[in-house]
Amino acid sequence: MAVEFDGGVVVGSDSRVSAGEAVVNRVFDKLAPLHERIYCALSGSAADAQAIADMVHYQLELHSLDMDEAPLVLAAASLVKGVSYKYKEELSAHLMVAGWDRKKGGQVYGTLGGMLTRHPFAIGGSGSSYIYGYVDAAYKPRMTPEECRQFTKNAIALAMSRDGSSGGVIYLVTITKSGAVEQVFLGDEIPKFYDE
Amino acid sequence: MVTGTSVLGVKFDGGVVIAADMLGSYGSLARFRNISRIMKVNDNTVLGASGDYADFQYLKQVIDQMIIDEELLGDGHSYSPKAIHSWLTRAMYSRRSKMNPLWNTVVIGGFYNGESFLGYVDMLGVAYEDPTLATGYGAYLAQPLMREVLEKKPILTKDEARDLIERCMKILYYRDARSFNRYELAIVTEKGVEVEGPLSVETNWDIAHLIRGFE
Repeated sequence: MAVEFDGGVVVGSDSRVSAGEAVVNRVFDKLAPLHERIYCALSGSAADAQAIADMVHYQLELHSLDMDEAPLVLAAASLVKGVSYKYKEELSAHLMVAGWDRKKGGQVYGTLGGMLTRHPFAIGGSGSSYIYGYVDAAYKPRMTPEECRQFTKNAIALAMSRDGSSGGVIYLVTITKSGAVEQVFLGDEIPKFYDE
Repeated sequence: MVTGTSVLGVKFDGGVVIAADMLGSYGSLARFRNISRIMKVNDNTVLGASGDYADFQYLKQVIDQMIIDEELLGDGHSYSPKAIHSWLTRAMYSRRSKMNPLWNTVVIGGFYNGESFLGYVDMLGVAYEDPTLATGYGAYLAQPLMREVLEKKPILTKDEARDLIERCMKILYYRDARSFNRYELAIVTEKGVEVEGPLSVETNWDIAHLIRGFE
């Protein structure tokens, strides 16, 4: 999940990797850095998602050296879109790109199915089906960074509680002009809701 | 259909303990998070079921009625755990032979005439007894742990059995994507049946702090 605020973005994920009913990794960090102030959130096939993230990380590094400046979030998103679209029949992953750049500040892009769309916030992954109602109801424009973090944590916690393919801990990254701050939330630090 | 995951069973000196979490899954959706998959059959026997929850409720109805009918007979006898296990084996096998199985794997635990009983029956009518039992994912994740403990110490105390079950429930909560951190424990001794719950395992996610990215 990724949410934009004035001056940056918050990106969050759960940590479960499953192969059918088996939990293969319960502490996997699904927030992959594409550049210093651009992250992507991985979902779908872990192998495919990692492959795309690695490719775009490499391409962005070259691109930013060419341009001699930090890459635009749109550039990162376009690169991800490029791979996702070209190999859409072969790949089974969805990467959400979010970050901060000088030109447009905080931005969130979805690349589902090889499209490129910008959103104030975006959710993805199997658990997202269960929280469309929650995010639509709870989202307010112009939230502060702390409100965005709480919104993200709440949404992911709710999804983790209902989706068998989601669980573990919550990884959060807050990206602003000053850089990216990574956090982990475990056990009691994860928001609790009605679960009977 | 709504399904339940693993059921665990361990014998100890003076009784048996069985455990099952309180989740009814609808595919990958954790649909019902507070249902009981354990039933008390009578004062010597308990039954835990994994698989289809509707079929478990039907079984429960049938068994409850059997117990009532026996009470009405008033002959001083009550069904032994072995008798329930034997009957269930026949019932499940009969349904499977009609190509209409009760889609469950059942663990029956009991204490009768000074002896612990722990039996397994599945939807094919396959049945056996063992000092440790586990259905579903538990068979792959928990059974090896349980067997390892019993190999070193064949006769456990009640507390050791309970600790073993708790350890196994923790592993299952970590590694079974269809599990939930709320479970019930049923303990049968000569004193009767005690169903404890809802209980939760203490989880440790500290290793998450050591992870950054995936390289």
